[in-house]
Amino acid sequence: MSYSAQRTGLLKGLTALAAVLFAVAIYLDLFWVGPEATQGAAQRVFYVHLGAFLGAFIAFSAVVVAGIAYLRTRNPKWDTLGLASVEMGLGFSLITIITGMTWARPIWNTWWTWDPRLTSVAIMWLAYAAYVMLRTGIEDPERRRRFAAVYGIIAFASVIFTIVIVRVRPDTIHPVVAGPTQADPTGGFEVAGDMKTTLFFNMITFALITLVLVWHRIRLENLVHYIERRKMEVLAELSR
Amino acid sequence: MSAEPKAEPRAVPRARRAARRPVTPYLRVVGAIAWKDLRAEIRSRELINSMVLFTLMTVLIFSLALELDKEARQTTVAGVLWVTVIFAGILGLGRSLAAEKDRGSLDALLLAPIDRSALFFGKMLGNLLFVLVVALVLVALLTVLFNVSLFEPRLLVVLGLGTLGFSTVGTLLSSMSVHARAREAMLPILLMPVVLPVLISAVRASTAILEQMPRADWLPWIQLLAVADVMFLVGAYVLFDYVVEE
Amino acid sequence: MAAQDTPTPTASPHAQSASAPVIEVRGLVKTFGLYPVLRGLDLEVAHGEFVTLLGPNGSGKTTLLRILSGLARPTAGVVRVGGWELPAEATFVRARLGVVSHLPLLYDTLTAEENLLFFARLYNLPKETRRERVAAMLERVGLHHRAHDVVQTFSRGMQQRLAIARAILHDPAVLLLDEPYTGLDQDAAALLDRLLREVAVSGRTVLMTTHDLQRGHALADRVAILSRGKIAHSARTDTLAAADLPALYADVTGAATTR
Repeated sequence: MSYSAQRTGLLKGLTALAAVLFAVAIYLDLFWVGPEATQGAAQRVFYVHLGAFLGAFIAFSAVVVAGIAYLRTRNPKWDTLGLASVEMGLGFSLITIITGMTWARPIWNTWWTWDPRLTSVAIMWLAYAAYVMLRTGIEDPERRRRFAAVYGIIAFASVIFTIVIVRVRPDTIHPVVAGPTQADPTGGFEVAGDMKTTLFFNMITFALITLVLVWHRIRLENLVHYIERRKMEVLAELSR
Repeated sequence: MSAEPKAEPRAVPRARRAARRPVTPYLRVVGAIAWKDLRAEIRSRELINSMVLFTLMTVLIFSLALELDKEARQTTVAGVLWVTVIFAGILGLGRSLAAEKDRGSLDALLLAPIDRSALFFGKMLGNLLFVLVVALVLVALLTVLFNVSLFEPRLLVVLGLGTLGFSTVGTLLSSMSVHARAREAMLPILLMPVVLPVLISAVRASTAILEQMPRADWLPWIQLLAVADVMFLVGAYVLFDYVVEE
Repeated sequence: MAAQDTPTPTASPHAQSASAPVIEVRGLVKTFGLYPVLRGLDLEVAHGEFVTLLGPNGSGKTTLLRILSGLARPTAGVVRVGGWELPAEATFVRARLGVVSHLPLLYDTLTAEENLLFFARLYNLPKETRRERVAAMLERVGLHHRAHDVVQTFSRGMQQRLAIARAILHDPAVLLLDEPYTGLDQDAAALLDRLLREVAVSGRTVLMTTHDLQRGHALADRVAILSRGKIAHSARTDTLAAADLPALYADVTGAATTR
């Protein structure tokens, strides 16, 4: 839990790279790749939709890794990683939901429907919101970190569920893109050629953005701790 | 917000590790704790009474609010069943662990030479029994009030699996929520999203069974339910140690 | 103690000679967040010794006892009970440790006998002698006539007597008493005194915290005063007159409170 200025060089570089990649990705999504045959321009949001979900997935997986690492080592840096990842995961899954809704409006003719996939992704979001609630509800910092680690691991059940539910019982109208494609009226479509390239590029971009943002968030948290500790030290000096 | 020094490395010499751990046999502990909870409950009937009363009221409110006709009853009965079980269960879970903590008896359990996970399974078994009793009362109640026969072997299997998964996650999370501020509100907030895989699978399986659908409509859900149960049991077994240590 | 056979815990790694301390604490630090409660505490309690721990509220007495009983983790420092290191080897310590706290640690809706039988099962006392052992313990703490009454109906003093029976049920080598006199009236406290002296303490290593200076002095071989997260003073009771203790206590802790 140290606050160091040394690693900022690499982080700055990655941040710049992420920004450039993001600009290119948006260009590819909106202009480079041709419109999908039946859905037209609405389909273009799909690249961001899936990219953001990948970001959320990476972040929530990092929460599990951080949880296990924290419980094993008791090093607070893992807890900071967990917290940072949950917050970024919440952001990315929100983007996933919002982009999904903008796509659903023209294609399904509704913003929202109580489909298993949509419901489960909303619940997944709530699970990680509960993680944040749990943290604020526990006073002792050691116990807060420990419980957060445990809950972060357990909450991953909702992520797994979101991913498997369409495969267990395909009565969802949500298209399954990765996996057997169904040519159907629910909005499924074939991903091939330029679309594949664009999708791939978006995935890489969003993975990098997730990494960069989590890193920034960790630095912010470390800075907060650093200031807190400095404050205590100054107070101790003054009261002497 | 803290800056605690890193914990000391805790190396245990090999020779010492080999010594027999003076631990009470696993099943004896599980049995003793479940028996204790059952015994106390039979005497006071605090939990069961409030859970059953709550169940009764919920069912009445559901049937009033939904204004169910014969057909609607058939399709919603599984949902009513599971939602009520989950809410009544949360009521019981919160009390069961809060009582241990407030009276300090949780410390007494932690002081005993027992495996932490045995303590978990003991508490879980007690909770499971209470939830199961409530679920069975509810099945009888819905059979009479909704005029839908729920005594069906496959449904009872779903009931068993569903309540098992629920009690497992519930016992684990309620042992965390008792330490939180506003713990009565915290338990449902923590529990609901995580227990969803169990709830959805149980509702889907129950509905399919009650509507006499073909095997392919309910079997996958029962399988998913069983997988979720195993996942949660293993997870709780591993994680409970970390929850109760201090 | 009773001639009942109780589980023989695994022998301690170090031979239990009279010179080796049963409770050994070195440089113990415990912080809650940024707030340190114990700051490098050192304490040794010899085999068979009774030490009373005095100190103002919030000085860390209860925290120390929770760490010694394996309920809390030290932030730093070395803690050994019976030669076993805490918290890594807590399992080995538990079977030989008895704890009485200011909470009774009993189940309200169970009877006195059911409570003890439950703990006898948790401590794996042999099945054949379990009931006899429980009956004998109830007899010793003078509760045999209330054996089948629910604990809810007991007075505070009776609950505390039952708590002592629970703590020594498995004949532990080490006894930790955390303010056992809290909430007791004069009669009950006097009865508890007698009980501790005659039944609980004999042959055991005991560490007790209390606010009652006179009782603490009368029971103990040594008193230790905890202040600002450290043992600020320690004296054998045979060299320290009971009448001098209050002044000494005020002196040692007062310096800390008026900073």
